[in-house]
Amino acid sequence: MAVRIQVVPPRPKRGEIVEIRVLIQHNMETGYRTDMVGGVIPRNCINVFSCRYNGAEVFRADLSPGISANPLLQFHTVAEASGELEFSWMDDRGKQDSERARIAVSE
Amino acid sequence: MKRLQRRGFLACLASVIALPAAWSTGARAQQLRPLEPILGALTKGVPVRTGRVTLDLPQLADNGNAVLLKVSVESPMSATDHVKSIHLFSNRNPVAEMANFYLGPRAGRAQIVTRVRLAGSQTVTALAVLSDGTFWMDSAPIVVTLSSCMDES
Repeated sequence: MAVRIQVVPPRPKRGEIVEIRVLIQHNMETGYRTDMVGGVIPRNCINVFSCRYNGAEVFRADLSPGISANPLLQFHTVAEASGELEFSWMDDRGKQDSERARIAVSE
Repeated sequence: MKRLQRRGFLACLASVIALPAAWSTGARAQQLRPLEPILGALTKGVPVRTGRVTLDLPQLADNGNAVLLKVSVESPMSATDHVKSIHLFSNRNPVAEMANFYLGPRAGRAQIVTRVRLAGSQTVTALAVLSDGTFWMDSAPIVVTLSSCMDES
């Protein structure tokens, strides 16, 4: 599962609100589609996503087949200290993945 | 001969008229359904007010597979007054609860952008749960030309 993460602005001042954009490559299978021989393709969606900022959770989402394939998530956090943003998610098959991004906070 | 052509034309016309009807009753066509029972499970009887929440959605989507959606909630996002969660609902999709987002004072701004799948023209609802225990919502109608969830690809 490839993922793209953008932190805007990448070098925020302390206390500034930063926008975090996450785009995960995942087909978010709905469970309503059928394959070429008529069998139902089982549902396989990312069902939980979370973002931790230096270990503390700042954002969490429960997703469903109602979210498009290759889910896009944009949310915000306050830049408090330089460190690491850790993104983790899991799909219906139990496959977990995670990604990290650096955040450099200037005074 | 002339009569036969006319009959053939009428048969063709009838099938064209009947086809959309057969489509809409078949497969997984979803009826619009009320959201109150689903919202009620979350609010537990607390009245939901309109306002503070802004749901930005296009009025028309050519394709229901990916519709860009933005929810913003007016909130100072302080430790004592912030948005705890934002919930997205569809009144036509097979899964009515599209997504739940959990925020906190560290979010700084209560605004979420995502892309949703929509199974046809419907009304999308965003519900915000605030730290003071109040519930706020906004709804937006959308016309979807090509709906999601029904393709066989």
